[in-house]
Amino acid sequence: MDFETVIGLETHVQLKTKSKMWCGCANEFGAPPNTHVCPVCLGLPGVLPVANEEALRLTALTGLLLNGTISPQAKFDRKNYFYPDMPKNYQITQYDRPSSVGGYVDFEFAGGITRVRLTRSHLEEDVGKNFHFERHSGVDFNRAGVPLLEIVSEPDLKSADMAYEYLNALKEILIHGGISDCDMEKGMVRCDVNVSVRPKGVQELGAKIEIKNMNSFSGVRRALEYEIPRQIEVLRNGGKLTQETRRWDDAASVTESMRTKEMAHDYRYFPEPDLMPFVPSKDWLEEVRRRVVELPLARKQRFMHDYQLPASDAETFKNEIRLGDYFEATAKQAKHPKAVANWIINNLRAKMGETLTSLDELKFNPASILELVELVESGKISTKIAQDVFGEMFASGERPGAMVDRKGLAQVSDTSAIEKFCDEAIAGNPKVADDYRAGKAAALNFLKGQVMKLSKGKANPSLVGEILERKLGRNSSNGKSVHR
Amino acid sequence: MPNRLTISELTAKLGQREVSAREAMESCLRRIHRTDRTIKAFLSIDENDSVAQADAADEALRHGANHQEQPLLGVPVAVKDVIAVRNQPLNCGSKVLGHFRSPYDATVIEKLRTAGAIVFGRLNMDEFAMGSSTENSAFQVTQNPWDPSRIPGGSSGGSAAAVVADDCLAAFGSDTGGSIRQPAALCGCVGLKPTYGRVSRYGLVAYASSLDQIGPLAKTVRDAALLLRVIGGHDRRDSTSIPEPVPDYTARLDGQIKGLKLGLPKEYMVGGLDPGVSQAVRAAVEQLQKLGAEVVEISLPHTDYAIAAYYIIATAEASANLARFDGIRYGLRVDANDPIELYCRTRGAGFGTEVKRRIILGTYVLSSGYYDAYYLRAQKVRTLIRQDFLNAFEKVDAIVTPTSPTAAFKIGEKSDDPLQMYLMDIFTISANLAGICGLSLPCGFTKNPKLPIGLQLLGKPLGEETILRIAHAYEQSTSWHKEKPGL
Ligand SMILES: [Zn+2]
Repeated sequence: MDFETVIGLETHVQLKTKSKMWCGCANEFGAPPNTHVCPVCLGLPGVLPVANEEALRLTALTGLLLNGTISPQAKFDRKNYFYPDMPKNYQITQYDRPSSVGGYVDFEFAGGITRVRLTRSHLEEDVGKNFHFERHSGVDFNRAGVPLLEIVSEPDLKSADMAYEYLNALKEILIHGGISDCDMEKGMVRCDVNVSVRPKGVQELGAKIEIKNMNSFSGVRRALEYEIPRQIEVLRNGGKLTQETRRWDDAASVTESMRTKEMAHDYRYFPEPDLMPFVPSKDWLEEVRRRVVELPLARKQRFMHDYQLPASDAETFKNEIRLGDYFEATAKQAKHPKAVANWIINNLRAKMGETLTSLDELKFNPASILELVELVESGKISTKIAQDVFGEMFASGERPGAMVDRKGLAQVSDTSAIEKFCDEAIAGNPKVADDYRAGKAAALNFLKGQVMKLSKGKANPSLVGEILERKLGRNSSNGKSVHR
Repeated sequence: MPNRLTISELTAKLGQREVSAREAMESCLRRIHRTDRTIKAFLSIDENDSVAQADAADEALRHGANHQEQPLLGVPVAVKDVIAVRNQPLNCGSKVLGHFRSPYDATVIEKLRTAGAIVFGRLNMDEFAMGSSTENSAFQVTQNPWDPSRIPGGSSGGSAAAVVADDCLAAFGSDTGGSIRQPAALCGCVGLKPTYGRVSRYGLVAYASSLDQIGPLAKTVRDAALLLRVIGGHDRRDSTSIPEPVPDYTARLDGQIKGLKLGLPKEYMVGGLDPGVSQAVRAAVEQLQKLGAEVVEISLPHTDYAIAAYYIIATAEASANLARFDGIRYGLRVDANDPIELYCRTRGAGFGTEVKRRIILGTYVLSSGYYDAYYLRAQKVRTLIRQDFLNAFEKVDAIVTPTSPTAAFKIGEKSDDPLQMYLMDIFTISANLAGICGLSLPCGFTKNPKLPIGLQLLGKPLGEETILRIAHAYEQSTSWHKEKPGL
């Protein structure tokens, strides 16, 4: 019997806000324990939460980026459970009226574009972090009250790899949209997985098993790579699966049972009386809408389509947004955008990396890149000279055309001048010339090199080849088709 | 003795330099030393701090500060143990907070300080404001100043007793189902529960967040009006506070109520109402008519469901609000081997019987499978009750009722019967569910023994001006507020 897998993901992402969700404390990672705390986020008696406007905006923005519907009235609820890292012993979250409903994520998978539908995206608060020492435990509340966005997918995922790619695509969107830095090391993204298997062709879902405690996307993939065969194995052996929560042990690479359905928490959700329902106004929504950016996948596809770039170049410009924007600003006026892309990716990007220079610090403007490409394409300078011109332009900011003129770098395409250099090279290296005549084709390269040297690199290389071949008597039959 | 004055009288004397803030404060402290050993209204007093605040007020007065800008300059006011005052104990009448001191001031305390008040003392209360007699305090039983064998009402029993005993010029309490109005009635002072959202709840330890309001207990209606003006207003730290300007509630206390329409809810004049109370309230209504008010009968048809709805909503919210008292971060901790055991031991030792009863009830009504039948239905009832009042206020300017069905009962009389105790709030609870304003003022005494009776005026949302005006007109035409217990 064949089995199929059904996976749904709940992804928690820390929002990129200056302050926490309900108070003015800094939303900042890495400070000494309990230094970003106040009466509100410590849950002292008598305090009240006040919603962070930017977190509400980022939540709505996420909804728009993920093609969801922004709720005309969102509300907050209390989720009750006791845990030492929870200052109030209830978490403020959104239960039945989340900020954003529905939506989907499109991403590249298995050579095509795959769509995973979303159930909802809602706002909630993070909790503190427990530490266990030899004889006692401690709680750091710096993270308590940090705004968290929970993005819940429909059970549309079918494999560990697909889950992995979905998470990467989601992360990319959130980083692009300025929603979160998604820094895994800093715990900014966490996810829970729901997975079940069923015999192919069966309609109803198998027993839903939740896996917790993965702290990386590859952890999610590995947990699923373990869990899916485990479940299939149980069914194959005639066993029965029951709803439960399992914990991923990364070191041992196994999942183990945490609690069964009978032990499941009753969170006793009810509307948070300390906060008013949130009703976004038209103006407010318009303001958020203005912050919507192009999604990474759409950007990649557009770069491939509009500028005829290969996927690899488009991928670079998708990931490196500012470089991509720089390319676009330049390429709009270019005859061959691909040539511009080559210069930007291979030369500019490398040079910026070497010299730790940012795009803002460039001494030349994008028009100079166009000018350089034009100089090469028109044959005015060779690719090799162009490299030198670029180097100087990068250092000084001088316009490449002006530099070529000032330094007399224009390629020599004057046949008579090149002929003179060729004669000189043949005369100076009679032995090599003979070798060539005797059929040693490689000897021509040496002579070409000599001519380039004599011309100080300015001779048009294709003309040099043609003329040398003619002078050494091996020309014309196929010579004209060799060069561009 | 300055402690026996009203705020208006004291500020006039302070302004004339007939008396100093120091003298006012010290007279309060002397009074407390003399009478509070038996009354037991105060849980603690930081005397040095009180006197230092008084000296600062005198200093300000010497440098030209005045009561136009700081209407409470040099006025000693005391605070229920549920409102956070920086560096002062905050116990909420419970053992569970241990030696906790608040690191911050509630918004109302900030406002009182800005207005120049001397904020002092921690007043006794039912634990976490759950109760109607102050007997649920974990620390002491407060006596009614009119009869030491009787309760002062609750949960702000300490606040009402202190005001009536002249321990302070006024006090602050909190009202979730009648906790300001009912003790004000039973002790014989004015108690005002503002419209929900009129006063910031920031710094008020929550019992039931959607019902709680802070309000003043005062010797006269004018004092209550002045105090509301000081503490009212929008607060960006409380999302549920109303962004409406605060009127000068004292400006229209002119005794004129001619043409105002008062409603008498037929559902309120029913069985269980003490004959003495009934009689006093009827006499008060006649007096209001004499003053020119028109009285009509109205109906609040969902009244019977108010107590049930209240005990579902309030306990549900309380079950979450009180979850933070767990022994992890502050307050009492009874150590154990794991967190669950620590919670159980700490909360088991820290909370009293009534608090545990309400936490369990609230947990139950929110439980999966019961939520719709209890919590959701109670919210629907709440909406109907609010609608009852809004309909009534289409026809009348205010509603008149007794504050409490009986005068103060004996200490211990209802301790074993929570349902009887809950019925003490039958006339006050609906105002919290509806979110409207209400006040209680003295309207007479029972004959034997002589115990105060309270008249309740209920007003529309943000209708404090109207009920204060009516209350003031009534008060000025009677002398009940001038009677003092023989302490
Ligand atoms: Zn904070």
